[in-house]
Amino acid sequence: MSAALDALSWALLVAGGAFCVVGALGLVRLRGFFPRTHAASVIDSAGAGLLLAGMLLQAGWTLVAFKLAAIGVLIFFASPTGTHALANAALARGLKLEDHGEAPSKH
Amino acid sequence: MMFAAAALALLVALGLALLRALAGPTVFDRALAANSIGTLAMMMLAVFGFLTGRPEFLDLAILYGLLNLVGTIALLKFFRVGDLGDPGEPEARG
Repeated sequence: MSAALDALSWALLVAGGAFCVVGALGLVRLRGFFPRTHAASVIDSAGAGLLLAGMLLQAGWTLVAFKLAAIGVLIFFASPTGTHALANAALARGLKLEDHGEAPSKH
Repeated sequence: MMFAAAALALLVALGLALLRALAGPTVFDRALAANSIGTLAMMMLAVFGFLTGRPEFLDLAILYGLLNLVGTIALLKFFRVGDLGDPGEPEARG
């Protein structure tokens, strides 16, 4: 049981780390501000979520697990709020959607 | 060992996000990268707590996350309206 839990924890932590690296790579490689917000949300949702799940399995039913869940709830609510405010502010300041790279649609 | 692997991946991601924060052409790119760095730093603190066997680091991660949100919103408000005390635009007030 413990070995299975460890294996699952391994998988979740490695997957979370991989998603974090992929998101950061997208943050560097994508062209334009609005495409980059997608890469940032990969870090906030998949990366952080999988890492927290992996740590939650190692914590067991303790106060540590509750704190990890609190961090998860905080990220769940705070990160979309921050990204929305960011995109909203960029749009309000006149950053164009179609200026960057090969945007698929015309506005 | 598993936490060391996660910490290594997080360090790589932090470096890449820092690259975007330094290079980003607009201030919004920098703010986005700073936001991502905040999330990655939270995860790094939590993983580091497990790595060293001191889960008290989770409290620091919670505090860092709360400060990160407030900092991002304050920065954006400043760059949007140029004043932290501004009540906002009429349509934003509802």
